[in-house]
Amino acid sequence: MSSLGTSRGKRLAAAAAAVGALALVAACNSGGGSVTGGGKKDGKVVITMGMYGVMGFKESGLLEQYEKENPDVDIQAEIAGDEQTYYTALQTHLAAGNGLKDIQGIEVGRAKEVTETQAAKFADFAGQTGTDHFLPWKQSQITTKDGKVLGLGTDSGPMAVCYRKDYFAEAGLPTDREAVGKLWAGDWKKYVEVGRTFEKNYKGDKVAYMDSASGLFNAMVYGYPEQYYDEGGNLIYAKNPVVKDAWSLAADAAEDGLSAKLRQFQPGWDPGLANGTFATAVCPAWMLSHISEKAGPDNAGKWDVANAPKGANWGGSFLGVVEKSPVKAEAQKLVAWLTAPEQQAHIFKKLGNFPSSTASLDRDDVKNVTSEYFSDAPIGQIFGTAAQEIPDKQVLGRKDGTIKDTFSQGLALVEQGTSRDKAWKTTSERIEKAVG
Amino acid sequence: MATSTTNALVGEEPAGPSPKPGTGRSGQRRSALLHRLDLKGAPYAFVAPFFVVFAAFSFYPLIYTAWISLHGVELATLDVMQWVALDNYVDLVNDSRFWNALRNTITIGVISTVPQLLMALGLAHLLNYRMRASLFFRVASLVPYATSVGAAALVFTMLFERDFGMINWALGVVGIDPLDWEADKWPAQAAISTIVIWRWTGYNALLYLAAMQAIPAERYEAASLDGASRWKQFTHVTIPGIRSTVVFTIVLSTIGATQLFGEPLIFGQGPNGVTGGADNQYQTLGLLLYEEGWKNYQMGRAATVAWAMFLLLVLVFAAQRLIRRLRPRTP
Repeated sequence: MSSLGTSRGKRLAAAAAAVGALALVAACNSGGGSVTGGGKKDGKVVITMGMYGVMGFKESGLLEQYEKENPDVDIQAEIAGDEQTYYTALQTHLAAGNGLKDIQGIEVGRAKEVTETQAAKFADFAGQTGTDHFLPWKQSQITTKDGKVLGLGTDSGPMAVCYRKDYFAEAGLPTDREAVGKLWAGDWKKYVEVGRTFEKNYKGDKVAYMDSASGLFNAMVYGYPEQYYDEGGNLIYAKNPVVKDAWSLAADAAEDGLSAKLRQFQPGWDPGLANGTFATAVCPAWMLSHISEKAGPDNAGKWDVANAPKGANWGGSFLGVVEKSPVKAEAQKLVAWLTAPEQQAHIFKKLGNFPSSTASLDRDDVKNVTSEYFSDAPIGQIFGTAAQEIPDKQVLGRKDGTIKDTFSQGLALVEQGTSRDKAWKTTSERIEKAVG
Repeated sequence: MATSTTNALVGEEPAGPSPKPGTGRSGQRRSALLHRLDLKGAPYAFVAPFFVVFAAFSFYPLIYTAWISLHGVELATLDVMQWVALDNYVDLVNDSRFWNALRNTITIGVISTVPQLLMALGLAHLLNYRMRASLFFRVASLVPYATSVGAAALVFTMLFERDFGMINWALGVVGIDPLDWEADKWPAQAAISTIVIWRWTGYNALLYLAAMQAIPAERYEAASLDGASRWKQFTHVTIPGIRSTVVFTIVLSTIGATQLFGEPLIFGQGPNGVTGGADNQYQTLGLLLYEEGWKNYQMGRAATVAWAMFLLLVLVFAAQRLIRRLRPRTP
């Protein structure tokens, strides 16, 4: 071969390699195919869902039921345990425009941020038939300023207190749920006071009164219309008496050693439930399913539910559909079905997640629900009454979820022995960082 | 690096005159030119694919990260960038969390690297002996390295669990009070180091073993003829023989320690993993980057941390080179 030929060959090879490398780069950018993993294939509609915690759709068998009723639909649900981890991934996926699911769960603490910054990326539910049955405050939380509805409400979070009857009996406290509710009726301070009595009288070892001081803190702040932000979107946590009072009472409880120092929704909490290392947990309705699942059949009938000192709404979620989804219409139809009154009632009966649909709340089969696991507590009545105490207006802020998590960490510091002033200072420094 | 190569590539391959076959002298000159091009240009063309990929996946992100670090950017609105010049860097230097993370990175780095390399050295020495099933032991020592960070960290996290973990249970058996491994600073750092040590000791041991086997047997024979004990042989023959490998593993471990991220993230679990403990007691630089970017969603500040880490590594190696140059060479 002449030198010319060799050289040309080499150059060709080199050029081909370079082009190949560029193609590789380009391929990574374009992605190709559906961005959500959903789509229509061989006459089947594949819908993907991203959720967190126990939202209840899969756990109560609703997804299966929908697939059975619509044989051409295949639902692929992916469930993350922890909402913060889930939301972080969701943010990344939204920013990249990749890795999203057709249907994404949105927690109420993130609702404001999503409506303010991600509205264009979610499909609009406004004006769709059969979606006007929600509590008014619920849907307003996921509606943008110009009236776009980014999702439909799943559950709401009226509050109660879950307690272990056997531990209460050992500590000489009443065990009947009415009597227990009366112990702390009207004031969270009384709840902490009962805790001090419990610690004094409980003779066995290694049982704390409550799981975590942060549960108490959340229950208190969510009883008021404004927590961390005012209606103008200004950060007011530092001077809001609601936050200050909740912090100070939760810190009291932490300093008095009433808490098991567990972190809710983190793995250490679950063995705590299974082995019964605490006697009470402030429980929004959706927490019941977590408790019954993690505490397990061994503890069935030991738990009971009593009225909380004061009403509040902690948590609750929405389901949104990604605008770019290739099966947008089908996904919206599925979301509308999953959040319909009948399905909300079904989840409540099965798991305890409390409906956010007015039509669902009016149903007799919701009002009369009892929970077998929780000593046949009439949870329909308990949470129904609590739901009426939820403030009609709830001001949300952009970083609500992050601030809530930051306060939980701050209270964990107090539980570990840091002085409350120092912990408050650390917390507010972190919040300043988080809001930018 | 990549730019210089691309420049060279462009410079060495000018578009030659259009081919006119069969025109005597000009054809010969052309062929000579191509020959020269072949010799000088082709190598660049062959390494080009690597550098194209490098440029796309390393160099471009590096430069883009630097660009982002000069802005205020939020993850949700990446297209809205606000120029802040060096404000992010000034804030970082004045941020106590940065110095805390740097300290944690160094302390965790030291308590994971030093025992790890020492144990690897000992393990390699043992594996170097003639023994039964030596292949089995060699493969077994590599198994932790083949385990994913996630799986390893998760298992260790369960072992170190406060209330029902196996390690606290074992401590209880011998009468020691249980430790709150996650919440207290030094236990947490020790626990994280344990994960690192467990994963990397075998890997380093195999590197040492390979180097040891390259040492000529005559040296050991000569040493034993001179009456050197096993220990003397180890310190005077083995160690000098594998010196360059030791330096190599130190460099690798230093880079690994600077970038430590997965182990503490999983060890902390959830929000505490992201912040490296409720009190940032085991937050490494990698975790600080993650917290800024994926908890606070401030990409500008996250990029700043990334660059600070990069500059730090550059600084460490510059210092190391300087020390080596200043130190008189031993024969």
